[in-house]
Amino acid sequence: MAKKILIVGGGLAGTIVANGLCRQLREELSAGGVTITMLGTSENHMYQPGLLYVPFGRMRESELFREQRKVLDRRVPYFVDPAKHIDVEKKIVTTEAGNSHSYDFLVIATGSRIRPDNIPGMTEGGHWFYDLEGARRMRDALDKFEGGKIVVNINAPHKCPVAPLEVTFMLRDYLAGKGILDKSEITYTYPIGRLHSLEPVANWAVPEFQRHGIKSETFFNTKAVDPKAKTITSEEGVTLNYDLLITIPPHTGQQVILDSNLGAGGWVPTQRTTLLREGSSDVFVVGDTTSLPISKAGSTAHFEADTIIDNIASLIKEGRWARHYDGKVFCFVETGLHSGTYVWFNYTTPPNPGPPSQMVHWFKLAYNRLYWLSARGML
Amino acid sequence: MAERRRIDARGAFCPGPLMELIAALKLVSVGDEIEVLSSDKGSAKDIPEWVNKVHHDMVGVTQESDCWRIVVRKAK
Repeated sequence: MAKKILIVGGGLAGTIVANGLCRQLREELSAGGVTITMLGTSENHMYQPGLLYVPFGRMRESELFREQRKVLDRRVPYFVDPAKHIDVEKKIVTTEAGNSHSYDFLVIATGSRIRPDNIPGMTEGGHWFYDLEGARRMRDALDKFEGGKIVVNINAPHKCPVAPLEVTFMLRDYLAGKGILDKSEITYTYPIGRLHSLEPVANWAVPEFQRHGIKSETFFNTKAVDPKAKTITSEEGVTLNYDLLITIPPHTGQQVILDSNLGAGGWVPTQRTTLLREGSSDVFVVGDTTSLPISKAGSTAHFEADTIIDNIASLIKEGRWARHYDGKVFCFVETGLHSGTYVWFNYTTPPNPGPPSQMVHWFKLAYNRLYWLSARGML
Repeated sequence: MAERRRIDARGAFCPGPLMELIAALKLVSVGDEIEVLSSDKGSAKDIPEWVNKVHHDMVGVTQESDCWRIVVRKAK
């Protein structure tokens, strides 16, 4: 009887797993010994990091999307039929359309979502770029902005940990290009006592902020936004005025994880090296969905996915485990509209970012195109 | 009944132990405790500093053989 691999979630993590398994289990798929099925929420696959560029006019909306079935190996049946309940005891996933899927191996890749509604006033008063509608609204707001106070407000938890600094530096360059930098003031707020969670990145950012005249307010965890008064207040007791509020809202996991009682906040408790759901031997968790205390980022999803591909393929082919995930994360860091750097680290190697350069920025721009090879499992 | 949840943030460079604590506090009830394991000695200073700023309760900071064990109680 065929081994059934079910992947719940059609974002980057799930897609890399599906395509990588097709490559490693080519013979088993051809012989009918394995099936790989994916459940997703959309006909289209979005390049999420591209959203950062949309408000600044540096990427077109059409560049963000590909048809998911064209990104996915043709041997993987793809259903736009989101999972509604995951029963890891009975090994059954039921969907919103009322279908049921059993599995031998389950890969949970449902991802995360922004929750500006979890902070009073944020939905009405804030702008963000973490979804397409938000990026459009932020683009419109920047178009109309003629100077004043901008607060760039960061909330925990959030995915793409370098985005806070990237959007701040890109905003600075955007305002300079528009000729209104001298009429504008940027204040950056961050939840902990420095400018970034990565200490070397935070240390690098301090003189950059000073050089560009960017103000900062650390230990700032948002309590509420008052859209009428145009103020934002922190749990720590600080209130800032703004003319334009750009925020990275807090994130949670998906509703299906909560409804299936698989983890508080929608994050599934996950073993840090095997990437198995805690308490399961046939349920893997990948990407933003894990509860692991590491960056929620595309590269994390990619490196985790590579590990899961090797392990599921090895378990099916040889009945044994292949390897462990070492916590690897790699992030480009855009330091403006014309320069960038990068940082990588794992569970045992601390980050050590190099000096920004135009070359790394060009690599990042190239990666904006190469992403699709990455999702196809070719990079 | 109050519960205690553990965050094993050893080797977690990003988002790091304090950011994990801030996120976790949003998911537990008043009176619950969160135990953070951190291999970053800075956590022993910056977690209590933040907890005092926002008026949660510090239960304790202890140094173990390979990490710091920091326990915080949600107070509001």
